[in-house]
Amino acid sequence: MVSIDVWNASVDFPIFDAKTRSLKKAVLGKVGGKIGTDQKAPIIEALHDITLSLREGDRIGLVGHNGAGKSTLLRMLAGIYEPTRGAAHIHGKVAPVFDRGVGMDPEISGRENIIIRGLFLGMTRKQMEKRIDEITEFTELGDYIQMPLRTYSTGMRVRLALGVVTSIDPEILLLDEGIGAVDAAFLDKARNRLVDLVKRSGLLVFASHSDEFLIELCDTAIWMDEGHVKQRGGLREVLTSYKGRDPYENMSTETLARLGLDPVLPDVPARA
Amino acid sequence: MTPVPPATVAPTRSFARAYDDIRRGVAQRELWAHLGWQDIKQRYRRSVLGPLWITISMGVTAIGLGILYAVLFKHPLPVFLPYVTTGFIVWNFINGCLTEGMSTFITNEGLIKHLPAPLTVYALRTVWRQTLMFAHNLVVYVIMVAIYFGAIDHRYQMEIPNGQIHPGLGLWSLTAIPAFAVLALNGVWLTLLIGIISTRYRDIPQVINSVIQLAFYLTPIVWSPDDLFGSGGANRIWAKVLFQFNPLYHFVQVLRAPLIGQHVDWWSWATVGGITVLGWALALLAMRNYRARVSYWV
Repeated sequence: MVSIDVWNASVDFPIFDAKTRSLKKAVLGKVGGKIGTDQKAPIIEALHDITLSLREGDRIGLVGHNGAGKSTLLRMLAGIYEPTRGAAHIHGKVAPVFDRGVGMDPEISGRENIIIRGLFLGMTRKQMEKRIDEITEFTELGDYIQMPLRTYSTGMRVRLALGVVTSIDPEILLLDEGIGAVDAAFLDKARNRLVDLVKRSGLLVFASHSDEFLIELCDTAIWMDEGHVKQRGGLREVLTSYKGRDPYENMSTETLARLGLDPVLPDVPARA
Repeated sequence: MTPVPPATVAPTRSFARAYDDIRRGVAQRELWAHLGWQDIKQRYRRSVLGPLWITISMGVTAIGLGILYAVLFKHPLPVFLPYVTTGFIVWNFINGCLTEGMSTFITNEGLIKHLPAPLTVYALRTVWRQTLMFAHNLVVYVIMVAIYFGAIDHRYQMEIPNGQIHPGLGLWSLTAIPAFAVLALNGVWLTLLIGIISTRYRDIPQVINSVIQLAFYLTPIVWSPDDLFGSGGANRIWAKVLFQFNPLYHFVQVLRAPLIGQHVDWWSWATVGGITVLGWALALLAMRNYRARVSYWV
């Protein structure tokens, strides 16, 4: 059973400036009594007291202003940041796509990066080699796949990262807003594949500023504000309170029909 | 009501999580082996000879230093050149584990922040890279021993009148294999432990860098213990102390001695064994307490 449970979790970042990060202060600071200053590094509370329970089949959109803690929350859900207080338990194979595909080696070829990323996501070398042609075709990178990654544009890197995660059937898919860097044509193509993937994979958490993309992929939403969960509930309901207007209002009836939605706001009971 | 995590979820700071990290890290053999090999290829990308440069530069250094110090200390070249070469190769491995181990997590910052993976993967990547370098350098050793085989395949002395009598190469030289395994095992704990410390305190790499060069000269690599003990130096107490308390000497010796048929004290093996156990205990403790902090610190 794929699930993520988070109990009263907080994520605090210590900020070490050049002085506090050296041994000098840690060692000398203890000798000769206290100097009025605080010995500890200042802390940024990125997430505060988060309690969540995500289950298989959940497709959650993350909304909130810049710096509200969306990316940090995604990283906590990926298991990269373990909560400094509280606890998090992740059950399932996680595949994250963060920050426009940073975390790839710019000096090696796209092909090598595909293999390494696949290995990180728990695949074997052989399995990845079989998928390379398919990924190349999907990402439309062509001969660029043999080029070092530093020659790629941001959009091309995102294509590569998306190509890898969508080809390996992850159980938990975590997407950051960076995937908006690709062009409209590819977005269309990726959307179909993502929708398909989300149906198959257990769990999706997707941070985005694009209503359209959120509506397409998610059915519920979490509104993050200053490191707290401000609201959790149905997507339409959360988007309405976050934006101050109903995002479905201006949509054409065709789009709504495609998404299988009613033109009027349904009375969705809030989920805890 | 405050929800409480079930008892089955191990707290972040627990030995269970530390073991789990190491176990999963080791299991991802394909990943760290690939990354380690990638590092080597990357370093020599676009050079015609590629990783062969590792072998060449080792050969040049070993021969140069070997001849220089053989002349300085008046040692016979056929026994001294294999001695310096092998010592230098072993030292390079230890030095690599130390200097690249301490910056393991700092250099892998991008990956640590973007992909969830056990920390052990990065430690093994570093040690595996050093192992591959060692394998390349071993070519120099093989050539050297092939040339001077006649000088070290029987009992010999480095310094003729009073030198230590060495047993010479034999079947027992195969103890080099477990010796290397033990050295690599030590490389892993060293990388985990000082990797974590250096990530938190960025002065530590500078401290180690400034001491490592001195350690090289204090450890018998380009000179032999006979230079201290032999020819009337037998009562130099301080020289004996220098050996007993220099762990690096014991680490070099357990691997170098069988490779060139030299005498190895049981004491060296005991020290290496003790440090292995102690080091792993410290590394596990560091992993228990600070494993989860590394992604915050990088």
